[in-house]
Amino acid sequence: MSENLQKRLGLGILGGLVALMMLASAHSQAGQTFLNVSYDPTRELYKAINPAFVADWKAKTGETVEIQASHGGSGAQARAVIEGLNADVVTLALAADIDAIASKSGKIPVDWQKRRPNNSSPYTSTIVFLVRKGNPRAMKDWDDLSRPGVAVITPNPKTSGGARWNYLAAWGYGLKKFGGDEAKTKDFVRAIYKNAPVMDTGARGSTITFAQRGIGDVLLAWENEAFLALKEFGADKFEIVTPPQSILAEPPVAVVDANADAKGNRQLAEAYLDFLYSPPAQAIIARNFYRPVHPEYASKDDIKKFAKIDFITVDKTFGGWTAAQKKHFADGGIFDEIQKQELTR
Amino acid sequence: MSEIAITSAYERRAKYRPVTEDSPLARYALIATAVLFLAVFLLAPLAIVFVEAFSKGIEPFLAAFDDPDALAAIRLTLLVAALAVPANLVFGLAASWSVAKFSFPGKSVLVTLIDLPFSVSPVVVGLVYVLVFGGQGLFGPWLAAHGVQIIFAVPGIVLATIFVTFPFVARELIPLMQEQGKVEEEAALTLGASGFKTFLTVTLPNIKWGLLYGVLLCNARAMGEFGAVSVISGHIRGLTNTIPLQVEILYNEYNNVAAFALAVLLAGLALVTLGLKTFLEWRHADALSGSVRRH
Repeated sequence: MSENLQKRLGLGILGGLVALMMLASAHSQAGQTFLNVSYDPTRELYKAINPAFVADWKAKTGETVEIQASHGGSGAQARAVIEGLNADVVTLALAADIDAIASKSGKIPVDWQKRRPNNSSPYTSTIVFLVRKGNPRAMKDWDDLSRPGVAVITPNPKTSGGARWNYLAAWGYGLKKFGGDEAKTKDFVRAIYKNAPVMDTGARGSTITFAQRGIGDVLLAWENEAFLALKEFGADKFEIVTPPQSILAEPPVAVVDANADAKGNRQLAEAYLDFLYSPPAQAIIARNFYRPVHPEYASKDDIKKFAKIDFITVDKTFGGWTAAQKKHFADGGIFDEIQKQELTR
Repeated sequence: MSEIAITSAYERRAKYRPVTEDSPLARYALIATAVLFLAVFLLAPLAIVFVEAFSKGIEPFLAAFDDPDALAAIRLTLLVAALAVPANLVFGLAASWSVAKFSFPGKSVLVTLIDLPFSVSPVVVGLVYVLVFGGQGLFGPWLAAHGVQIIFAVPGIVLATIFVTFPFVARELIPLMQEQGKVEEEAALTLGASGFKTFLTVTLPNIKWGLLYGVLLCNARAMGEFGAVSVISGHIRGLTNTIPLQVEILYNEYNNVAAFALAVLLAGLALVTLGLKTFLEWRHADALSGSVRRH
């Protein structure tokens, strides 16, 4: 028995060593890979773009690159990059999250948004309503969301970028409706959030809650996410309601300078983001239901799907993301106040 | 068995029921409730996992394992278990050895500490590692300066898994070793055996089934852990996603068949563990007595 056991013990130690060596090799590989840290609904988009870029890069340089992706709520992803997630580029839902990386970790220069065209956003989107087929609750405009008894599904603005666009779109509508009266607007937005039974951490979680679990009457969704849900679940189950006014959502991209330089990926990172503005990528972008900044490169059929909407922008209505973030979503901001009063009621 | 025979004979003789026994109706009602509960909350979900995985036939099920990301997730899960389980085997043995065979000040504190991972939420465990090793954390800047990546990489996932699965081996062994006492070891030592030889020839054979049992439970948890690993993984496809994380990702990508196919793999693993556990309890109930009594 004892010899046998000694043999087994030896084998166990050997196994441990082999595993450690595998770990070490996996670790060294991690240094040579290229990582795009993105937000929740872009999974399908980058799954389509990455092979196109890999082919393009191979044709131009002869190098084969492997692109890795990580997806999650935009705020949560920014947090991970700040804590050390080794992203070469970030492609997040809104500028404030990249601002947070720049200010908290210093890995991106603060003027990052000026480095690429169109506020560093190769594609835009907006916020629309996804409702069940036939629109049984007759959702037409933002007013309808505040009606008592309507269940509104939206993610949590604290963690999700899409949720913050949802919130600001509602706020922008309120401002216009009440002639700029902030107190009335706040009551209006509060009434909408009072109707939200669950708040997931990311946009995709909310889509699953609404579409797969069947909770809620209306989903406040990225336009691309709403189209994707139609495609996945069938146009016989849901329909998209486009409100007359919504917000122009600009999901920006940036090289994480410190990480890309440390990994020797600087050129690759710049090329990757430039590629997003190129004709083939713009066509892929439109096919995946994002509004390309160069619609002329996309197929006409893809562009036709996007309804004409009266857009407000963060810069004009809210004075930019830094101001909007501070006023509405920071600790103790208006969103917290709305939530707090909700609890004490 | 014999108890039941006696009771039924007793009942046949005297047509009344002892006060210590419930009426048959109450008994059946309780049993039926328990069985129904198990069926609805345990068996049905398990069955649904299999039904969903094979809902589109065997081919899409198999295709789920053809995906490089899924294979990477399986490899990573095996790697994490291969590192976490031996580590906890050694820690667990050392901890239970010292707790069971020696008395020292602070022993009860040690026992409480061993139980800590059971009472702390796995998400908190993950966050603690982020606070310690994260870029804004205690050691983060130093680690970053030296190019060492702990969180959002394999080492962090292994650390979190070790933390979460820490009590399994020790908790299995402590009651067993306490019950066995140290008489046999003392005998071996007085007969001139070295400490290591005593361990190999006396202690280890005594506890081997309990140890195996603990390792099985530890392994099942190590492969299935979600919360702590989710916080610390960074969710890089093909690199830092374990099977449970990959299941969530696939589900969120509307890829139900693939998600449930991987879930079947995890469920299959759990069933194998359960089978082995039952077998051990059946064959080696005596050797496991200390631990079995607790369950």
